[in-house]
Amino acid sequence: MKLTLRVWRQKNAGAEGAMSTYEVDDISPDMSFLEMLDVLNEQLILSGEDPVAFDHDCREGICGACSLVINGDAHGPERTTTCQLHMRSFKDGDTIDIEPWRASAFPVVKDLVVDRSSFDRIIQAGGYITAPTGSAPEAHATPVPKPDADFAFEHAECIGCGACVAACPNGAAMLFTSAKINHLNVLPQGAPERETRVLDMVAQMDEEGFGGCTLAGECATACPKGIPLMSITSMNKEWLRATRRASKR
Amino acid sequence: MARTVWGSTVGKKTVMAVSGLIMLLYLVVHMIGNLKIFFGAGEFNHYAHWLRTLGEPFMHYEWTLWLVRVVLVIAVVAHAVSAYQLSRRDIRARPSKYVHSKPRASYATRTMRWGGIILGLFIVWHILDLTTGTVHSGFQPGHPYQNVVDTFSTWYGNVIYIVAMLALGLHVRHGFWSAAQTLGVGSRARDRALKTVANVLALLLTAGFIAVPVGVMTGVVS
Repeated sequence: MKLTLRVWRQKNAGAEGAMSTYEVDDISPDMSFLEMLDVLNEQLILSGEDPVAFDHDCREGICGACSLVINGDAHGPERTTTCQLHMRSFKDGDTIDIEPWRASAFPVVKDLVVDRSSFDRIIQAGGYITAPTGSAPEAHATPVPKPDADFAFEHAECIGCGACVAACPNGAAMLFTSAKINHLNVLPQGAPERETRVLDMVAQMDEEGFGGCTLAGECATACPKGIPLMSITSMNKEWLRATRRASKR
Repeated sequence: MARTVWGSTVGKKTVMAVSGLIMLLYLVVHMIGNLKIFFGAGEFNHYAHWLRTLGEPFMHYEWTLWLVRVVLVIAVVAHAVSAYQLSRRDIRARPSKYVHSKPRASYATRTMRWGGIILGLFIVWHILDLTTGTVHSGFQPGHPYQNVVDTFSTWYGNVIYIVAMLALGLHVRHGFWSAAQTLGVGSRARDRALKTVANVLALLLTAGFIAVPVGVMTGVVS
């Protein structure tokens, strides 16, 4: 396949960026999108140019490192992560626009790499359970009803890639935050910190400068892990419950 | 608690949801009241007068009406201020647009902000036109039937009203469902029911309100 790539190039956080056009040839439809970018970078290095910086790690669709807005879609046209997107989703001769996640809480570091440490700070605000660590406890020591376990698993699938923020017209992190809150709040292990978790994580989310939710639904459409939009509804319910309870104390 | 609610994006959305539902409830009542115009000047004017005597003898003349007005003004202001502050925040949170962008969310969702502004301006015009009569030449206090017929006998009266009511339908369509999500009462099992109620409310309100200018234009009401 022969492709024209229009890639966002930005030297560093402070520099002005712009789209640059590159041609790549001999792309196999079986290559992943990132392998295609590897080909582009080899080409750039050989010609003495600066390679395009992009985030990637596991390349198995489970780590949440890869990003990229491809032709206006977070993670591209298929409902998966960029590393699991293959070139067969494109046609020979296509022009592909590649941009970084756009949100003021995700500043561009270089080219297509953005700083997602705002997500880490949301997790630090309450996305954990306070328990002594050590060997894994006996699995049946704490019974969990099946529907609750399913609900927790559905939300635990979130890999924190940030596609929800990138897709949201308001740059909101509601889907990420709600997935993390719901995952723990429904489980008995998360119960002792149920109220502080939701209040603190939502407060941190606001503190980071993410936008608010207008229920446009773009986040859930972009999410490679299929976190449902209703996740936000559940978080709102938890937040209202915690706010009412906090006012009684 | 008040500080937590007002200081949080989730809390401000709650304020928007509750104030929106208060206005929605009022609109349903208002729309039903308006339909009395199809039963003649006597019934319509009597209804308008009754609104002022509502709650008597416990309430003094017009007290109930003023109570409703105060609640509505609070709801409108709370709704608009939250919307303004949240919108400012949303725009700041996404300062640079994508080079390759496409509109995606439904029309009703994308027009919430402009639709809200249109409705806000309409409310001002509507009060000046049919409550105070400030912008209404030949306004007759105490004769609402005649005033309504007057307003809808002008082309601009009809255009302003119908455009605003279409905006209202779109606003309610996304707004009602969103309010349910914000208040945490939405769920997968209820989603279809909530969307249906939102659509039915939007349709009934728009059709019910537009029936009045259409009635005047077609001569059914004169």
